[in-house]
Amino acid sequence: MRRAAMIAGVAAVLAAGPAQAQTAYVSNEKDDSISVIDVAALAVTRTVKVGKRPRGIMLSPDFKQLYVCASDSDTIQVLDAETLAVLHDLPSGEDPEQFTLHPDGKRLYVANENNNVVTVIDTVTRRVLGQVDVGIEPEGMAVSPDGKVAVNTSETTNMVHWFDAETLRPLDNTLVGSRPRFAVFDKTGATLWVTSEIGGAVHVIDAASHKERQTIAFAIPGVSKDKIQPVGLRLSRDGARAFVALGPANHVAVIDTASLKVIKYLLVGRRVWHLALTPDGTRLLATNGVSGDVSVIDTQTLDVLKSIPVGRYPWGVAIKP
Amino acid sequence: MALPPLPRAVLALLLLLAALPAAAADIRLGWLAGAGDEGLDGLKQALADNNASGRFIGQSYSLEQAVIPAGGDVPTAVKTLADKGVRFVVADLPAAALLRAADSAAAAGMLLINAGSADDSLREGECRRNLLHTRPSRAMLADALAQVLVRKRWTSWLMLVGPEAEDRLYAAAIRRAAAKFGAKIVAETPWTYTRDAQRTAEGEAVALTQRERYDVVVVADEAGAFGDTVMFNTWDPRPVAGTQGLTASAWSPVFDQWGATQMQNRFRARAGRAPTERDFAAWAAGRAVAEAAMRAKSDDPARIKAMLADPDFTMAVFKGRAASFRPWDGQLRQPILVGWARAVVTTAPQDGFMHPLTDLDTLGTDRGEKKCAARQ
Repeated sequence: MRRAAMIAGVAAVLAAGPAQAQTAYVSNEKDDSISVIDVAALAVTRTVKVGKRPRGIMLSPDFKQLYVCASDSDTIQVLDAETLAVLHDLPSGEDPEQFTLHPDGKRLYVANENNNVVTVIDTVTRRVLGQVDVGIEPEGMAVSPDGKVAVNTSETTNMVHWFDAETLRPLDNTLVGSRPRFAVFDKTGATLWVTSEIGGAVHVIDAASHKERQTIAFAIPGVSKDKIQPVGLRLSRDGARAFVALGPANHVAVIDTASLKVIKYLLVGRRVWHLALTPDGTRLLATNGVSGDVSVIDTQTLDVLKSIPVGRYPWGVAIKP
Repeated sequence: MALPPLPRAVLALLLLLAALPAAAADIRLGWLAGAGDEGLDGLKQALADNNASGRFIGQSYSLEQAVIPAGGDVPTAVKTLADKGVRFVVADLPAAALLRAADSAAAAGMLLINAGSADDSLREGECRRNLLHTRPSRAMLADALAQVLVRKRWTSWLMLVGPEAEDRLYAAAIRRAAAKFGAKIVAETPWTYTRDAQRTAEGEAVALTQRERYDVVVVADEAGAFGDTVMFNTWDPRPVAGTQGLTASAWSPVFDQWGATQMQNRFRARAGRAPTERDFAAWAAGRAVAEAAMRAKSDDPARIKAMLADPDFTMAVFKGRAASFRPWDGQLRQPILVGWARAVVTTAPQDGFMHPLTDLDTLGTDRGEKKCAARQ
């Protein structure tokens, strides 16, 4: 009886862990490299050199290709996610920083930080489909789940720019807090979540009216308010929680999306920057730029399981099954 | 020769056009300074940034310049700006001229932003209600440097003070910072040599630095007459800090953290040179007006001024912390860079210097000192 309970306990622990091998790719901004992490083993298995100043990083919907913004090489590199060989470059425009894929899996929307435009690229034909004028230092990019609307945040203009994802016609602009860094739609497309780094807040914006529903502020005992600088944000698979990387506050905030209240602050590494969930949703990985490591968080227990040393200034992370 | 009268319909149309509001609300920023591009290029960058952002909400910004020649008439220059509809003036003037501007009749409805003078008197006894400051005060700069030196436990200073009035003001700020953060000035020596320092420092700097024991030589030489030559010319192997050597400043051409790279690139592309501390201060002044106008969603000067005075008003200045204006002296609270020509070594406030509200207020004159009567 006792042994059975013990076995059940062990089984439960095992079941809580990632079932299969999941692979994370981390862009190291100052090392011009990608660290490959075996999420089950919690260890770096490979490090490969890429273009200069890799920042934005994401996988194709079929997980076969890895897209990397090589900002100082003024290009987006497409890598084979298995072999990590560079397949080809995409004409990204100058200084690509963040990007997002359209739900069609083909169109890539790229924020060009140095010249105030968003470039839209067809990843199949590798041609530029168009450009959109936005505010100063475009950064965050998102496309609505129905594929109709795209948004960009501009860091010095402090706005969310809404435009038609098809025609690229501007639709509207929403003023948010200082240095908006990242934007993501919830799974239903009803709300857009935007972080503002110097504003120190998360803005939950109604996607239909483009008006703000709620500003979420943060408070961590012993950390001065202006050091709480939200950057990366991810919504859990079930949409119940939002995870927010708080930069030099060295914490990840966990928000209950129903009440829009912070329920926990998780201590991670220094200057926590961007986040990614494993495809099975059980783990959250956070890049810590200054400490040069990646924190692994259990999304159920909200425990920080381990920090994995990677390259210098890890910026972004993408994970495949 | 009399012109034929305009047809009635044309006249009516002209009157109608005159009555229509401008398509975009235009906010005029004035530049009040001596001749030269330093500072002005920073304000022009702010104008470009403001217009690139303002176009999304129907705001536009334009620049009106009033350049004052040496010994020129300051109130008249202020009046020319006022007559052009300018209500926000970015100024890069010496303290006395700045006060003449702020006190002139035409400045009554204006807000002046000091992007040039570091004089503490402008934040203390000679402060004004219609005057803000984006250039850090000497007290802020000295406090920033003192925090860095004290944290390294280099707490024993030998100070060499130049002959100019500004050098004495800088030395006073250093004395104040030493007392505030627990450093000791072991001796103060005036630099009295009038010959070209570069040719003679080998003898003079050595002679002035061999009598006492100290951790650091602090030079007070705002004009740059001798400070640079003291480095590597000291009797003992000691670092040089102050106005030369390890210095504190609002900005540095080699600063690349917190998005500063983007700012440096934009400025270089526009001005063809690297931005200086005065360019940064003028940029921050021009940006502050636009940030307030955007937050207030208004081009009404009264509402913009109210927003700038709101204790919750903050702006991003590429230094990793939100900047904001201190209500008690009108000074922009901001992180200070500490470094030398080729590197930013660190920033202040330094870890460990505590303050009940924000450690940014460990730099410069704090609220409780009540030094600015006009703002009490």
